[in-house]
Amino acid sequence: MATELPRKEAAVIGVGWAGGIIASELTKAGIEVIGLERGAERTIDDFIMQKDELKYAVRYDLMQDLSKETLTFRNDRDMRALPMRQLGSFLLGTGLGGAGVHWNGMCPRFFPYDFEIRSQTIDRYGEDKIPEDMSLQDWGISYEEMEEHFAQFDETIGTSGEDNEMSAPRSTEYPTPPMVETPAIRLFKDASSELGLHPYQGPSANLTEAYTNPDGQTIQQCQYCSFCERFGCDYQAKSDPIITVIPTAKETGNFELRTHANVRSVSYDGERTDGVYFIDTRTGEEFFQPADMVILTTYVMNNSRLLLQSDIGTPYDPDTRTGVIGKNYCYQIQTSVQGFFDKQFNMYAGAGALTGHVDDYNGDNFDHSDLDFLHGGAIRLVQSGLRPINTNPVPPGTKQWGSEFKEANAHYLFRTLSIGAEGASMPHINNYLDLDPTYTDSLGDPLLRMTYNFTEQDRNLAAHQTERMQEIMQEMGAGDIIANPDIGDYNIRPYQSTHNTGGVIMGADPETSAVNNYLQMWDCENLFVVGASAFAHNSGNNPTPTVGALSYRAAEGIKQYYENPGPLA
Amino acid sequence: MADENEEQQTKGLSRRQFLKNSGYVVGGAVGGGLLGGVFTQNFVGTTSDQTNTDEGTENESPEQRTQARMFFKRQEDFDVLSAAVERIFPDDDTGPGAISLGVPYYIDKQLAGEYGFNSREYMQGPFFEGAPTQGPQSALLRRDAFLHGVRSIQDIAENQFNESFFDLEADDQDDILEAFEDGDIDMTGIASDEFFAMLRTATIEGAYSDPVYGGNLNMEGWRQIQYPGPQMAYTDAIDGEFEEIDPISLYDHHD
Repeated sequence: MATELPRKEAAVIGVGWAGGIIASELTKAGIEVIGLERGAERTIDDFIMQKDELKYAVRYDLMQDLSKETLTFRNDRDMRALPMRQLGSFLLGTGLGGAGVHWNGMCPRFFPYDFEIRSQTIDRYGEDKIPEDMSLQDWGISYEEMEEHFAQFDETIGTSGEDNEMSAPRSTEYPTPPMVETPAIRLFKDASSELGLHPYQGPSANLTEAYTNPDGQTIQQCQYCSFCERFGCDYQAKSDPIITVIPTAKETGNFELRTHANVRSVSYDGERTDGVYFIDTRTGEEFFQPADMVILTTYVMNNSRLLLQSDIGTPYDPDTRTGVIGKNYCYQIQTSVQGFFDKQFNMYAGAGALTGHVDDYNGDNFDHSDLDFLHGGAIRLVQSGLRPINTNPVPPGTKQWGSEFKEANAHYLFRTLSIGAEGASMPHINNYLDLDPTYTDSLGDPLLRMTYNFTEQDRNLAAHQTERMQEIMQEMGAGDIIANPDIGDYNIRPYQSTHNTGGVIMGADPETSAVNNYLQMWDCENLFVVGASAFAHNSGNNPTPTVGALSYRAAEGIKQYYENPGPLA
Repeated sequence: MADENEEQQTKGLSRRQFLKNSGYVVGGAVGGGLLGGVFTQNFVGTTSDQTNTDEGTENESPEQRTQARMFFKRQEDFDVLSAAVERIFPDDDTGPGAISLGVPYYIDKQLAGEYGFNSREYMQGPFFEGAPTQGPQSALLRRDAFLHGVRSIQDIAENQFNESFFDLEADDQDDILEAFEDGDIDMTGIASDEFFAMLRTATIEGAYSDPVYGGNLNMEGWRQIQYPGPQMAYTDAIDGEFEEIDPISLYDHHD
């Protein structure tokens, strides 16, 4: 029997960016919140010896322990889904702060186009432009309504950035100045400008100066030490939940944090929830946490999995194209071009979000009339700081080991530059999440099953972006260039991006979406599901600022609901 | 025991013929293993002496005190591993090779711990061979894969050349390793190209990871690629041109 704990006004499940923002906003408003986090507590003191590529970047010290829980994967429904036994394609977070601790800090906003993508596509190109099997939907909210929430996220994390005519409009200035332009980034930007594009310094959560946010939390100045992605920042210079929103929640006195609390199901009577069941992972003891409101803020996959396990909402069925839980799982279409130079660049130095950024081929910033895909993606040169185990560039045709490799690696390590494109991912009727019939986690619960492959749209987009990047790389003066315009099938093994989205998508219609534009479940009014799981598609930009903005939007809704319960839309 | 004529013939074989024979020979590995055992007796002494001589005056350094085996029980297995990683990352004009960087000891330590036991990976059954896009599906732990791998390398050397792998000419060692890399060797529980990829990756890790793990001795792996290690800050260098910076390690971060 589960031990019943004292009732709370709100239970937040998963304490990363989304959970931390919800907790800070509700507790500031005087609402009593318990945060249930399956992983361990984490503080800045954990990162004193963190500049260790093997431990963090190769052995994934901050990531989810897959021996306890993973997912299964297949490219299509004819394939047997098999467990993702090792991490690769994306890196799931765990522990206090979640994946928000090991992110790079790239902070571009989604475009106005993203929130009304279906309507705007029809307006500009006609309905025939949208393929029949692309389940493209508006998000049930406009960028104009979202803007104040984006601004609040920027104010909270202190985003360092520079205005640009190709990116989403802003109501406020960036809180801190843009990052430094390095020789490599300058070369990229000069070449892009020569080609008539509009490069700028990408917005960053690696702050260019010490900054105190409106909640009174201070973030320090970035040292360009090169240990951001996959690492926690030892300087407190990369905004993350454990130095911003989580301490803010704690300081109110209204926040109780419980770590090692792995939530297995949401209690649901067909209309409402009255709490959640969790296991203390240290003892195996089961608890029931009663709550007036439950807010799921786990990583994308687990939001879907918890709803499916709890029988909340209608699971998506690809045969009938009905149901909503697990629908519109999207990812991102990553392509890159490498160029080899005579000159050496200081690529050992850098920061996770130190980028020259081009949005001319992103969103609907370019005419798609004669193109066989929608949307596009950011093109950029990222100087995140090179680390030698995972970066071994050698020119095409070089043997991958032995003296030939050693010599080429030593010569080209700092003479190679890469340009990357972060392509948007459009939803497809056959890409979705459900529960696996065979494999279970360490507690015996079914694993989530991912059915996903790149589509024709994705392949065409990737080929287009690769050609554009080749043009820039040639203009930069590279000798040999490696470019692969054909992305083939989605492969869960090589790292691509931790930008998984969808499964519990937002919208204006309960028939086609799981949550309304306050991220309140249509089928359970005191349950909110917050995070990138709400994205109806994935843009050509990094998801975290949109997760942050949606979290502030949801917090508004939850506060309204607390005062005046009922459907918010 | 060694038929010199046969050995000559083997060395003269075309690559295609060599690969064909290799596949055949691995199937009948028992004899080779026994044969190898006899040869190994003769090698333990010489190989160890060789290593000690090479290291010379560094014998007494604290790093050297970490150079004892935690995982590999048999000297022969460790000698095969050492010879193989030295071919992947050889001592040459670019700089020191895998053995003098401590890579074999790095791998030994890794296999003794969580990496060797795949302890943070999903290892529950059932196991099925999947599509290449589905990632590794092997039930074999890395520690067992490495043992199986080095013994397969040795079996081929003994059966094909009548010599231990670590005594072959470099070109012959490379031919054997290439056969693994191309997936042409029959192994149980893991494809030979998967094993080779694992061996190559582990070698790169041992050469370029922080010296705290027992490889990259004296940061010589980093020096030959001009990597500065975990510097505390580049605020003064970030907008400048490339400069060579003498590396530091986590040791320098430690009070």
